Amino acid sequence: MNLHPANAEWTEFEFSAENLEKAKGYVARYPEGRQQSAVMPLLDLAQRQCGGWLPNVAVEYVASFLGMPKIRVLEVATFYSMYNQAPVGKNFVQLCRTTPCWLRGSNALRDTCLRETGCELGGTSADGLFTVVEVECLGACCNAPMVQINDDFYEDLTPESFANVLQALKRGEQPKTGSQAGRVGSEPVGGLTSLTQLEGAD
Amino acid sequence: MPKLTIDGTEIEVDAGLTVLQACELAGKEIPRFCYHERLSIAGNCRMCLVEMERAPKPIASCAMPIGEGMVIRTDTDTVKKARNGVMEFLLINHPLDCPICDQGGECDLQDQAMAYGFDRSRYQENKRAVEDKHMGPLIKTIMTRCIHCTRCVRFATEVAGVPELGLLGRGEKAEITTYLEKSLDSELSANVIDLCPVGALTSKPYAFVARPWELSKTESVDVLDAVGSAIRVDARGTEVLRILPRLNEPVNEEWLSDKGRYACDGLRRQRLDRPYVRRDGKLQPASWDEAFAAIRDRVQGVQGSRIAAIAGDQCDAESMLALKELMTRLGSPNVDCRQDGAKLNPAVRASYLLNSTIAGLEDIDAVLLVGTNPRWEAPLVNTRLRKAWLHNGLRAGIIGQQLDLTYPAEYLGAGPDTLTAVARSAHPFADTLRQADKAAIIVGMGALARPDGEAVLGTARDLAQAVGAVRQDWNGFNILHTAAARVGALDLGFVPGPSGRDTAQILSGASNGEIDVVYLLGADEIHHSHFGKAFVIYQGHHGDAGAHRADVILPGAAYTEKNGTYVNTEGRVQLGRRAAQPVGDAREDWTIIRALSDVLGQSIGFASLADVRKRLVEVNPVFDEVGEVTGAEWTDFGGGQVTDAPFELPIANYYQTDPISRASETMAACTRDFAQADTARTGTDG
Repeated sequence: MNLHPANAEWTEFEFSAENLEKAKGYVARYPEGRQQSAVMPLLDLAQRQCGGWLPNVAVEYVASFLGMPKIRVLEVATFYSMYNQAPVGKNFVQLCRTTPCWLRGSNALRDTCLRETGCELGGTSADGLFTVVEVECLGACCNAPMVQINDDFYEDLTPESFANVLQALKRGEQPKTGSQAGRVGSEPVGGLTSLTQLEGAD
Repeated sequence: MPKLTIDGTEIEVDAGLTVLQACELAGKEIPRFCYHERLSIAGNCRMCLVEMERAPKPIASCAMPIGEGMVIRTDTDTVKKARNGVMEFLLINHPLDCPICDQGGECDLQDQAMAYGFDRSRYQENKRAVEDKHMGPLIKTIMTRCIHCTRCVRFATEVAGVPELGLLGRGEKAEITTYLEKSLDSELSANVIDLCPVGALTSKPYAFVARPWELSKTESVDVLDAVGSAIRVDARGTEVLRILPRLNEPVNEEWLSDKGRYACDGLRRQRLDRPYVRRDGKLQPASWDEAFAAIRDRVQGVQGSRIAAIAGDQCDAESMLALKELMTRLGSPNVDCRQDGAKLNPAVRASYLLNSTIAGLEDIDAVLLVGTNPRWEAPLVNTRLRKAWLHNGLRAGIIGQQLDLTYPAEYLGAGPDTLTAVARSAHPFADTLRQADKAAIIVGMGALARPDGEAVLGTARDLAQAVGAVRQDWNGFNILHTAAARVGALDLGFVPGPSGRDTAQILSGASNGEIDVVYLLGADEIHHSHFGKAFVIYQGHHGDAGAHRADVILPGAAYTEKNGTYVNTEGRVQLGRRAAQPVGDAREDWTIIRALSDVLGQSIGFASLADVRKRLVEVNPVFDEVGEVTGAEWTDFGGGQVTDAPFELPIANYYQTDPISRASETMAACTRDFAQADTARTGTDG
């Protein structure tokens, strides 16, 4: 594995005071001698602290924090696609391309996204605002097509509504998350067909 | 014991086995790649699929525990089809480069593809290609060939105890690598080459050298440490091309240390291929007759007490016996096999053996290491201790130097004072030993090769007695040797006779003119400045330290070139066998001494190897018990006053400890990579 060149900028890493507390909390969830079980939440903490990716020093820090061999932590960090091995933009856009989203027009969303952000797939925009990647199913098929941006889901997207979301992010605003078609959660698109009223509620 | 039915035959097996193991017991061969008896179960290659009644689909037999009444079928069409499918998947990304692959001819994938492979490819897409990884000077990687069985990862983590290998990424992007492609820093690293079922990890020094079917294979025994690992020597013509481990459960299981495996290229360099005689201060090539004549001229008329002999660390028992007989006939009591000055003597056999036996060390739950680093002195003894830690929670204590042994060990102190404290129960570790079911004390040459060695030996003996490490059914007192020849030499009594001189006295005698002739039989660990004006006869196979100082050089055979008897550190008598001819004019060592004895008019009389071995058995009956460890009687030994000097370890660089490994290019590369990794390189270096 070749380390990303940006690793050169990271010579050391340690948890912030706040994250250190959280990390200790995660470790405390597991019995004595089983602290390695906390490796995934700790990697996540480290990734958040580093701005969305895991420099190698952070991997090594987590390894020594948990008393694990470095290679074991690196295995975890490279296995799960949620950990990034390279720097990402301020908004990390994950386009779902699995069958339900694809049937509902994810290809058009991809074109919109690349046009609006100026990224290539897998790349970061010149202004550092966006990184766009394609991913497999994120588990919101009822509201396909959808994308995940950082921790939020944006669902029921059309090229237009997605463009609005991206433009809002460009302006530094926080767009409304969830369904962009106005429904609540994954309620039927055409209004409720059953359980239309609460029994016994006057 | 659960009963199960395998292919219609009922079989009763031990509880806790897997279906694969039960099938093996029933005589059914199950193909596999990831499963290995000595490693944890991964279950990821899927080659071992079998059908189980009431299971909806074939099961991976390696990972399925047996149950009462199971009905297993290994011979159905479904099974065959499932395995064919797995094989086709494995071959999707496996390159078709068998003709240029070093594994060709001894490849599990190749063999099993003969049984389960499809005769053409249905895969139209591009095959994946993986960048090769750096794993050090011993392991060559062609990672495109990897099928991700993870045997190497499990070996490094579990057996070698160096968790540096891992599987990064997932799915099609999965790759085996060491952490940041550092060299795999283990004395057992090359075993991953044997474990690799395909040609992804192959031997770097042996790359493109030979095909397995061109080689003559000779079963022999390793002499680069005192473990006595079983090896197979693969030679083509006169050249030893590689050395592989052989199965020997009580000694090396199926592993081999890197030095035993790779020092063999040292057998091609720096060899003494003809006799030499020093004339006008320079060593000149000579014939055997001239060399013998030079010795006769110098030795004749010299009093026996002014002649001495020192045997080296890799001598076979036959040559040492022959030399001892010759010395006796010359009237010299000055013979010694302990060139490092270890204070061991043959009087009590239990005082110089690893009495627990190597396999016995697996069962201990507490150990005290005194002046020894088993990881370097005997890597395969260290794996047993590691096993004891994994299975019994071994508690280890170290007296000597701080060490990384691949398992936790408590550092107790530096020298004999700590040992004495533990022996007097004045140190808490004495309780650890006392409370253990089976405790062991392992004393190394670092504690014995010093002036107060005998006192240290006695203290360690007292300690073993005091903590109950020596009982009727268990002897936990162990000496860990570094020299393959040492136990054999002690068994045949290659030590000073009455009023004879030991190594130190021989050397002081040579310096002050009391010794006129010194016969070095493969003894290379003594600096040439110690011999004064003495006439030095060197018999050996390498132009190493001994040969540089010699006045006459008699070229002998290395361990792969002679039939010899070696006794390992636990007292197991083993036979090394000739795999290649000695180089040039060199001869098997005992025949040289026999011929010289005739020239000196003191014939030792042996006419054949059988004669020598018969005499060996007369000298000590243990030599008759080939392959066995005979129990040694426990009596009193050792004693004296210990000093304060801390123990120093006998090995400074694992990779270069003897004439063969010092001549080996591969071992030199390892030394650069590992032992001197911290030293800055100069412009002329590499």
